[in-house]
Amino acid sequence: MSLKKVHDIQPKNFIFLDKNIKLAENILKKYPDKNKKSAVMPFLYLAQKQNNNWIPLEAMKYIAKYLSISYINVYEVATFYTMYNLAPVGKYFIQVCTTSPCLIRGADKLVKACKEKISPNEKEISKNGSCSWMEVECLGACVNAPMLQVNEDYYEDLDEKTTREILDSLINDKPLGPGSYKGRKSSAPIKKNNLNGEKHA
Amino acid sequence: MLEDKDKIFKNLYNDFGWEIEKSLQRDDWKDTKKIISKGREWIINEVKSSELRGRGGAGFSTGLKWSFAPKELGSRPHYLVINADESEPGTCKDRDILRFEPQKLIEGCLIAGYAVNAHVCYIYIRGEYFNEGNRLQDAINQAYEKSYIGKNACGSGWDFDIHIHFGAGAYICGEETALLESIEGNKGQPRLKPPFPALVGLYGCPTIVNNVETIAVVPTILRRSGKWFASIGKPKNTGTKIFCISGNVNSPCNVEEEMGIPLKDLIEKHAGGVIGGWENLQAVIPGGSSMPLLPKKICDTITMDFDSLIANKSGLGTAGIVVINKDQDILVFMARIARFYKHESCGQCTPCREGSGWMWRILDRAAKGNATHSDINLLSDVTKQIEGHTICAFGEGSAWPVQGLLRHFRKEIDRRCSNDPIIKKKKKIPYLVDQHLLENENA
Repeated sequence: MSLKKVHDIQPKNFIFLDKNIKLAENILKKYPDKNKKSAVMPFLYLAQKQNNNWIPLEAMKYIAKYLSISYINVYEVATFYTMYNLAPVGKYFIQVCTTSPCLIRGADKLVKACKEKISPNEKEISKNGSCSWMEVECLGACVNAPMLQVNEDYYEDLDEKTTREILDSLINDKPLGPGSYKGRKSSAPIKKNNLNGEKHA
Repeated sequence: MLEDKDKIFKNLYNDFGWEIEKSLQRDDWKDTKKIISKGREWIINEVKSSELRGRGGAGFSTGLKWSFAPKELGSRPHYLVINADESEPGTCKDRDILRFEPQKLIEGCLIAGYAVNAHVCYIYIRGEYFNEGNRLQDAINQAYEKSYIGKNACGSGWDFDIHIHFGAGAYICGEETALLESIEGNKGQPRLKPPFPALVGLYGCPTIVNNVETIAVVPTILRRSGKWFASIGKPKNTGTKIFCISGNVNSPCNVEEEMGIPLKDLIEKHAGGVIGGWENLQAVIPGGSSMPLLPKKICDTITMDFDSLIANKSGLGTAGIVVINKDQDILVFMARIARFYKHESCGQCTPCREGSGWMWRILDRAAKGNATHSDINLLSDVTKQIEGHTICAFGEGSAWPVQGLLRHFRKEIDRRCSNDPIIKKKKKIPYLVDQHLLENENA
């Protein structure tokens, strides 16, 4: 089980912005009328997005009221799932996959680069205030290992050099694009004719 | 080797485009109305005759599973739930289906939904696949525009809606009852079975849960007949399967092949061979990290299907093949897998919650060369105490790989863990949680 800590400094108030209330109402339509509780996970995502990528306790209380469920119901969901950040993270939130398939292809070098470029410890915000990183479990792109995720995007087929370039670009606020850094197409084998007969990069 | 004409996922690498117009050219949504008009019995029987087995890991017969849903709609609605919470280390096949072949999945949802009497389908996607989920949502919107789903889907008279529900980074939600809990807005902790979801599932209603790949192959099976699908592969292990080959190979890739292909062919022909040559192979995990690893001796001859792998005390699982060559330290590798399970245990059952931590600590010590003889026996003991004593299969999933390691690499472990028990040697090692056991044994 993962250990998650709630941030010390909490905002006093939280309510959804108007545009998020509209999204929230649309989300509620997906679930049966008497099972509004199902919306707690998408609502937490909305709150997280609205509040700079982390969820304050006030937001959990707000969601509990919104869905007419108890606060602890929301709290236990927010603390159970790893993707809900309960403390501030950088504008560029870097998640390095270090599970075995990535590990044997050199994920430790990516971690080393993060430690040097961003912060010596996980979940610490970098000096310029724009990045933070953490190790995560399998991100499900094993044939493109080693890889890391920046916010929502996957950066694949990395090595130490390309990772440093990506991290530099994030620190300078000019992010490089996601995708494979070996120039290959999705998860195709590198030297293989496809059905068309044309070669993959 | 599977011929190109028999491949189901022709756009696995996005050579032809994922949009609905492009996928229509690949025969998606062809004759869907006709298929549905043949009725539930016919669909389920055709899937049964194809001998399709679930692609999510357990390998349960799909046709049989569908037939467990109540035949008539009672007072409670039926649900179809698609498991796209792909988190098994070594597995990334569903990701490519979601982003490059979404219409196959959506069409499969409609047919499966009709076959099990469901008007609503939830697709549970892991939260990390945010972009893939958005891609699928775009594809769903395109299908709605063409009236392939929605009211009177495909002109079949059946109303069908598909909703996406994002997970949030919990491996355990790949277990079907944990997944249902998660959709209901709870922590993802598995439920006791029985009752099985087919009778009491989502919101207490009959629910069929299927893997993405299982559902995505169904339309092609029905178009080309169950007999065609059953003619590929081996008896009882039929059809095609997407294999994900990762780890120490020259060209890691996803590839669709027939079931029962020799592992060596798969690695040499599709993945460019093991780094350093076949002789440099140390071990292979054949089906995602929950399946026990196979040493090189078995890899030489093994074929990739459910039954031959079970005969070798492993399993096909999700067909996520992780190749480990001799440059890697097998103990470090397994210690990392044990850490994964420690991190992902939902914490509901004590044997798994505590045992997964024990396994990680012992393996970590062993990898660092600090473990003792008795540690290794203790490790074996812990795996036996987890296996079979938990609500869901996570217990087995975490214990089996360690058992596989002990079965095949005992010599290596014994060589590296030749320390005498700590107490005897009065060696200074930081506090160990299981120290009291060592004391008993050596008092």
